[in-house]
Amino acid sequence: MKAVESVHVIKQRREGLLRSLVDGVPYIGFLGVQFDRRGDELTAVLPFKDSLIGNPRLPALHGGATAAFLEIAAMIELAWSTLWEGMEADGALPDGPLRLPKTIDFTIDYLRSGLPRDAYARARVNRSGRRYASVHVEAWQDNRQRLFAQATGHFLMPPSGAK
Amino acid sequence: MPNNDKPDTDKPDIDQPDIDAIARQFIKALPHSHALGMQLEAIGDGTATISMPYDVRLIGDPETGVIHGGAVSALMDTACGASVMSHPQAGVSTATLDLRIDYMRPATPGQTIRARAECHHVTRSVAFVRAVATDDDDSRPVAMATGAFTVERKG
Repeated sequence: MKAVESVHVIKQRREGLLRSLVDGVPYIGFLGVQFDRRGDELTAVLPFKDSLIGNPRLPALHGGATAAFLEIAAMIELAWSTLWEGMEADGALPDGPLRLPKTIDFTIDYLRSGLPRDAYARARVNRSGRRYASVHVEAWQDNRQRLFAQATGHFLMPPSGAK
Repeated sequence: MPNNDKPDTDKPDIDQPDIDAIARQFIKALPHSHALGMQLEAIGDGTATISMPYDVRLIGDPETGVIHGGAVSALMDTACGASVMSHPQAGVSTATLDLRIDYMRPATPGQTIRARAECHHVTRSVAFVRAVATDDDDSRPVAMATGAFTVERKG
């Protein structure tokens, strides 16, 4: 009978992969973006801080901060979902540095102004081929149904030789 | 007019020190742009040039030291918004409706990225903008952007 993996081992493996995708990127730390994981579902979290403000009179989040947050959420989701199956099948992390996909283009749709509070984003990979991928991402603040921004991006996948 | 030896133009005459002061104030008024180290280099008549010096905190790929696309997006958004604000028909405040950014090549690590934005068409409600970002080699764009921005109505 095959031994059942302990929940501790599973969590350690999944957290390890997520950490190795996120922690090495200085700009993700600079913005303060975090990832909340539930099984394979990722939610990107952007905790509010004053340096994210664009218009102090409203005040509102800077459109550039919103754009960067969405791009990070899309890129990490894409890398995460690409590596997930291999990680679960092999039961181990791939060796060597992980290469993130490269953004080809990114289109941001600003639906309402970003409020001075935490923001959340979830991305969905609509198409992922060997070379190209298309990812949609939605962001909200207090109410999941009231998006304040959404975006679609195309990404170039890392060469298949690389992990 | 006393003490004015320059020819009359449609534009108000502003001395260079005033422009530098306005430029500093402009970026200081945008906390996120200030945090990213952006500097306003030129503004007026629906165009704006904003630079962002290389900074290790903005790296997206630690293997190569290339700046993250998100920081380039923030630079593009700031330059585009500034060009709208400087347009004679667009008013002093604006918000981004949408922005598309094409990343043509990684910016060379160590080099300043400079975005030049042009607000090329304004209606009563919408300002249309395009922008190009380059590093030291300005013959090969790093990124290009097109966007639509709101036009605020007075009163």
